[in-house]
Formats: sequence, structure tokens, C-alpha cells
Amino acid sequence: MINKKVNNVKEALSGVANNMTFMLGGFGLCGIPENAISELVRLGVDNLTCISNNAGVDNFGLGLLLQNKQIKKMISSYVGENDEFERQMLSGELEVELTPQGTLAEKCRAAQAGFPAFYTPAGYGTEVAEGKEVREFNGKMHVLEPAYRADYAFVKAWKGDEAGNLIFKGTARNFNPLMCGAASITVAEVEELVPLGELDPNQIHTPGIFVQRIFQGEKFEKRIEQRTVRQRS
Amino acid sequence: MLDKNGIAKRIAKEVKSGYYVNLGIGIPTLVANFVRDDIEVEFQSENGILGMGPFPFEGEEDADIINAGKQTITTMPGASFFDSATSFSMIRGKHVHLTILGAMEVSENGDIANWKIPGKMVKGMGGAMDLVASADHIIVAMMHTNKRGESKLLKRCSLPLTGVGCVTKVVTNLAVLEVKNNQFYLLERAPGISVEEIKSATEGTLIVEGEIPEMNF
Repeated sequence: MINKKVNNVKEALSGVANNMTFMLGGFGLCGIPENAISELVRLGVDNLTCISNNAGVDNFGLGLLLQNKQIKKMISSYVGENDEFERQMLSGELEVELTPQGTLAEKCRAAQAGFPAFYTPAGYGTEVAEGKEVREFNGKMHVLEPAYRADYAFVKAWKGDEAGNLIFKGTARNFNPLMCGAASITVAEVEELVPLGELDPNQIHTPGIFVQRIFQGEKFEKRIEQRTVRQRS
Repeated sequence: MLDKNGIAKRIAKEVKSGYYVNLGIGIPTLVANFVRDDIEVEFQSENGILGMGPFPFEGEEDADIINAGKQTITTMPGASFFDSATSFSMIRGKHVHLTILGAMEVSENGDIANWKIPGKMVKGMGGAMDLVASADHIIVAMMHTNKRGESKLLKRCSLPLTGVGCVTKVVTNLAVLEVKNNQFYLLERAPGISVEEIKSATEGTLIVEGEIPEMNF
């Protein structure tokens, strides 16, 4: 076993610096690396490029880094529900690159899998394809999209072990497994770090080879963005 | 004239047994409420769930189980969770049979615009560009005209496109239309709506062949 365990979030984020590019897992506020984000706020690193499907809300998730003006550029598919984001975007303080969600996912997976680029039909004929190479396959037009490159990937899983193996829960999986191994260093925070041998190898979602550092998060708020319920009849 | 629920109810008739279906936010989400119980169907949400169920009962919400609208939801027996790349493999690989989504504009050649209004805050396309670029069967659910009374069924879209030549059917508060051969074919009228009313609300080329039946649900 190659031990990936670090003792706390501070150790997990050692080496992060200004001007770096980060990948952050999560969809909305579901499955976001809450502990890593808090530590990035504490460290105050800035001029960051963040690749994340969404940009959090005003006072939670990546919204906390935005409030602190630590982000230079945001690469996302959907950035609504965030007033500070809107203000910085409209004033030109924040650079924004909008990417179709499936393309964003695949650009992470391609980086993980060692593909430099791939063709996708998404965005053909739209402004997303402007300036990009297009090519016809089987009578249909496709756009060439390069893989992402990042310094750190911050992901959140439900359970993990010291070997870095991860299991996700529900829709908190989303982009997290795709970002593992897609950056120079992948930092995984888990709700529960279990002893080696406790996780069934048949049930592992992400093998530990894709993870460099793992720690049990001190606290997970797991905020719900849209609480929708039905009445008992 | 139909309301939003009426549009959803009419679209529910397009959902066939054996279909995997992706529902967009807004009117499309309502479609799930009107699909008959004897139809075998599974709803996919692109954030990573197949076999999506209704909202949870109060007190049973789980922060780790949401839909693409970030709403708390439940799972049906036989449901599965997966990562975002697998989710879009289902979509891009045409394993999802039917996509139902809203639009600001649709043109007679099947182009769709639904993500950006120049000069206004741009929130992003989310999964819409992947969905419309891939599905063979795309139904648009929308009002026939905008708030200023202008047609949303156009010769050419004026807003930035989400996808080109992809919409196959449009269901509005006034009509059901098929998009083919660079034209809108009128298939059905909403209750109490005349062919003339639909014609005057449609800027794109409208083909009316024979007697046009009123929708039945």
C-alpha cells in the first residue's frame, strides 16, 4: 500500500500558490470540496483559475473565494444564483469561460486518461465553436476540444481509505471522479476515512492511483440549494 | 389556449414505453406528472441520476440526491447514480431517446436558441448544448410568442444559438408542430384556437395540410 493519508486540510493543500489553476468537483453545492475551499480562503492565494461546473452561491462554495476576489478566471457551464459573481463579471474584474457541461466533464476525463483532445458535436454552429477546429464524422459536424491542464484537483468523496481509494454517494459523485488524476496533484477530502481493507475492492469508484493526498474533512455542512418536498397525502 | 400544465400534458403523450427521457428545467419538468402509470419510462438528470423519482417527503431530503435544477429529489426502484462523463455518454451516445427542453426561439430549420440574451447577464448553457447536439428526438416546450407578443417560431433565430438543425417537434400554448424540410408543419391546434390564429403567431414558414385536428389528451 502506498499511503496517501495526510493529517489535515493544511497539509493537504501544501504547495498551493498564487496564479495556479484548480479543478473543483461538485454540481451546484452537491459534492463540493468544502474543507479545501475554506482553507483556500484562509490561505488567501489569488489570481486563481478555477475549473468547476458552477461557481457556488454568494456565501458558500466557490462564492467564498469570489467574495475574497481570489479568482481571476472561472471555467464553468452554469454560473447563476450568485450576485457577486454577476457583479465581478459585468465589471470585467472576473474572466469567464462558459463550456457545455458534457464537454467540461470530458475535458477533465481526457486529462485524466491522457487524451490531449477529443471531438464532440456539442456547440457546433454556436459561439462556443468559434475559432476551433471542426471536422465531419459520419455526416455530422464536430468541434475539437482540448483536455484541461491543472495544478491541483480538489475533490470530495463519501468514503475513502489510506490508499486513496474513493466511494461517492448519490449525485455528489458528478465531476469528482473525473477530476481525480486530471491535475498534477489530486487532493481528496472524505466524510469518512476508513481503515485499510474495510472498503470492498468491488465497490471502489475511483482507484487510489488517481489520488495523491487524502484526508477526513473536519466538517461538512452539505448545504441544500433548492429544498423541494411533497406533502404526505 | 393551453397553460404550462396543458403543454406538459400534451407532451406527455409523446413519451413512449421503453424510453429514457431527459427533462429540462421549467415546463419540461412538469411532463413527468402527466406520463401514464402503465408507460415504462426512466427519467435521466444530467447531474448523474437515472430513474429519478418525485420530490422527497418533508424531513427526508438528502443533500446528496438532487436533480439538474439542484432540487432535492428521490430515486425510483432500479435507479442508478454515475459521474458526469457517464451521464453525457448516455446523452451524446444517443442512449437517451427523448430530450424535452424549453426555448426562447426556434427556427424553421430546427435551430434553437435558449441560453443567452446579449446585453443581459449570461448564466451559461449548462448541459443544453450537449443535449441538443446529440438527441435524435428533441421536443421544445414553450409559449408560441414572447412577452411582447412576437413570434418565437422564426425563419431564423435572432439570439445566439444553442444548437443547429436539431429540433424535431414544438409544443406551444397554441399548437403542435413538426419541424422538417426547413418548415413548420402544423399537426394539431390547442382547444379553441383557429388555424388563422396560429398562422398570425408564426413568423417562420407554416405548412397547413388538410383539416388540422384539435389536440386531445
